[in-house]
Amino acid sequence: QLSHTPPQLRSPGNEGTTFPGKHCSEPAHQTSPFRVRRRAFRRGAREGLRCSSGISRWDLRARVGAARPGLTAEEQEAEKRRSVVVEKELELEFDLGNLLALDRNPPPAAGLRGAGPQREAQLLALARDNTQLLVAQLWELPAERAGGAGGPLVARLPEPTLRLPREKPPPRPKPPTRWEQFARLKGIRRRKRTSLVWDEQAKEWRRRWGYRRAGGDPARAWLAEVPEGADPEEDQFARLRREKRERVARNELNRLRNLARAHRAGAAIPAAPLHPTGHQSKEELSHVARVARVSTASLGRFQPRLPKEPAEPPSRSGGKKRRFEPLLGNLAAERSRQLQLLKDMGSKKPVLDITRAVNKQLRQEEAEAAAAKGKKQSQRGKRGRRQQRTGRSSKKSAARRHQQRPAGSGTGGSKRKKA
Amino acid sequence: MDPLDRVVKPKTKRAKRFLEKREPKLKENTKIAMLIKGGNANLRVTEVKNITRPFEDQTSLEFFSKKSDCSLFLFGSHNKKRPNNLVIGRMFDYHVLDMIELGVEKFVSLKDVKNSKCPEGTKPMLIFAGDMFDVNEEYRRLKSLLIDFFRGPTVPSIRLAGLEYVLHFTAVDGKIYMRSYKVLLKKSGCKIPRIELEEMGPSLDLVMRRTHLASDDLYKLSLKQPKALKPKKKKNISHDVFGTTYGRIHMQKQDLGKLQTRKMKGLKKRPAEKAAEDSGVSPKKSKSA
Repeated sequence: QLSHTPPQLRSPGNEGTTFPGKHCSEPAHQTSPFRVRRRAFRRGAREGLRCSSGISRWDLRARVGAARPGLTAEEQEAEKRRSVVVEKELELEFDLGNLLALDRNPPPAAGLRGAGPQREAQLLALARDNTQLLVAQLWELPAERAGGAGGPLVARLPEPTLRLPREKPPPRPKPPTRWEQFARLKGIRRRKRTSLVWDEQAKEWRRRWGYRRAGGDPARAWLAEVPEGADPEEDQFARLRREKRERVARNELNRLRNLARAHRAGAAIPAAPLHPTGHQSKEELSHVARVARVSTASLGRFQPRLPKEPAEPPSRSGGKKRRFEPLLGNLAAERSRQLQLLKDMGSKKPVLDITRAVNKQLRQEEAEAAAAKGKKQSQRGKRGRRQQRTGRSSKKSAARRHQQRPAGSGTGGSKRKKA
Repeated sequence: MDPLDRVVKPKTKRAKRFLEKREPKLKENTKIAMLIKGGNANLRVTEVKNITRPFEDQTSLEFFSKKSDCSLFLFGSHNKKRPNNLVIGRMFDYHVLDMIELGVEKFVSLKDVKNSKCPEGTKPMLIFAGDMFDVNEEYRRLKSLLIDFFRGPTVPSIRLAGLEYVLHFTAVDGKIYMRSYKVLLKKSGCKIPRIELEEMGPSLDLVMRRTHLASDDLYKLSLKQPKALKPKKKKNISHDVFGTTYGRIHMQKQDLGKLQTRKMKGLKKRPAEKAAEDSGVSPKKSKSA
């Protein structure tokens, strides 16, 4: 009943004045209403006011407040704050970022056990007190007027402190591509290049790459060089187009390979922590079953077989053990195998595993390209390399070199390609 | 392979954006809840084929969660054994993390209470009262779950006059009383307003039935914060038990020779002295020379 204050207590002159101090954290202002009341009572007694049993406490307090306009400032403040003060045995915990308050005081169980309306009233009183405390905390936050002086008062909330489970696990870092792995191994760093370069012919700054690029698009060039020792009848434009197409296709293939490798790596990681959620993938389950099977004293040798399990005892690593056929046994199968072998040897058509063949071919091509590149570099020798380095050092000369390349394509004996 | 586990390569920009929205993020989006109606007696005819029972089989729930990208669910059902059943739960990585079954003993809906309501989308103030929410492990999880469910979006600031909705949970005698009130801010004469509450509905009396809580390992895993979000430690700053901040700063030694003292005619430098100083011979150097 302490938190309810009769309205006549509030003096109209003091309405609107602000209370400067902090609400809950300052012990100096935490004089309990009990104590304040007792003091007021004593003061009343000193003045000769008689407190008869017919006058209720509220009335007395109101009369005292009215009779003593000359209270000290501290007491006046205490008087005003009485309507917003709530006493609790244990302090509440607050998480203002979530607008959350935790009241650890055990609620009065006796009152809540009773009939409907009484319980509702109890709950309402409890909720009111807790809300009052939470609101007091919120009003202490640094506030400002949104949108100028006339706007609504807006309090800045702190970050929520209560930690709640995430919706999804934190994002994993992307696995590095093949090139990134290699670059890391060799210590190659990306260097920043400006996107605009000076085009000497157009006399303006143009993009280094893409639409309206500096030096013109090589795919739309009207002149193509015939390399030394090339077939003079060959269409050089067609050759350039074909090479470009091949480069694009190879790049796409590498990209897909990187994707596949990343996916495989991503699938391999969650196999380690097995979540007890009741839902695992097939691979995870089979792995666990395999491990469990061989985890006996006899390494799973005498373990009874499950209905669809293969006859051979599983190895710990999950691989297959090599087994030889018995020397004497199924003669018909042996005969058919030998005949098949002879047929394969005699036929003109080779037995071809396409995937393997394609991979072999690709690897061979890559090796050749790498060898040719190395050879070229060694041919160029020290001089060529030094030139390259000086060119890289300054932007201007790089731009100049860029300009010279298409112009001097007819004269230059060695065609240097940067791919 | 599960059809949802494939490498999905988006064909359009829009599809790509959609997939990116669902990817795990450093700073997560607000959790979305799905409210599911279970195999009810009235609806038995229509739904007899696909009755969901979350405590027996979670796969259908997980499927729904993955389809709709929702991580919170509220599942209502009613049968003879467990009348007026409400299952509240949350997902982590599309798997059920916590799930708590609550029986509804009394229910007063929003429409039953004839009072003014607060506008939709108001961020509620949440208050939990009772020592049970702190002592009992199941109640602690329920508290966390309810906060997750009702807290709404995380906002940097809030309009103080717009705080008009309180959800109050009280745990006494094995029952949980959920009450929602509208807040009336009254003048009190000082800065903090006096609070009056008004019953608004819905209000529920709940009892806890079955629970399915995540193991400590999994729960810990779900609480794990990414490294990038953790606050960086500031160097050379420390705090003591009283909250005082100590810092170490580095300063150069002050040259007392150039200190400006009282200005008097007698202390004024003569032109010859001024010229000597301007030539740049510092007293230190002259000493060593």
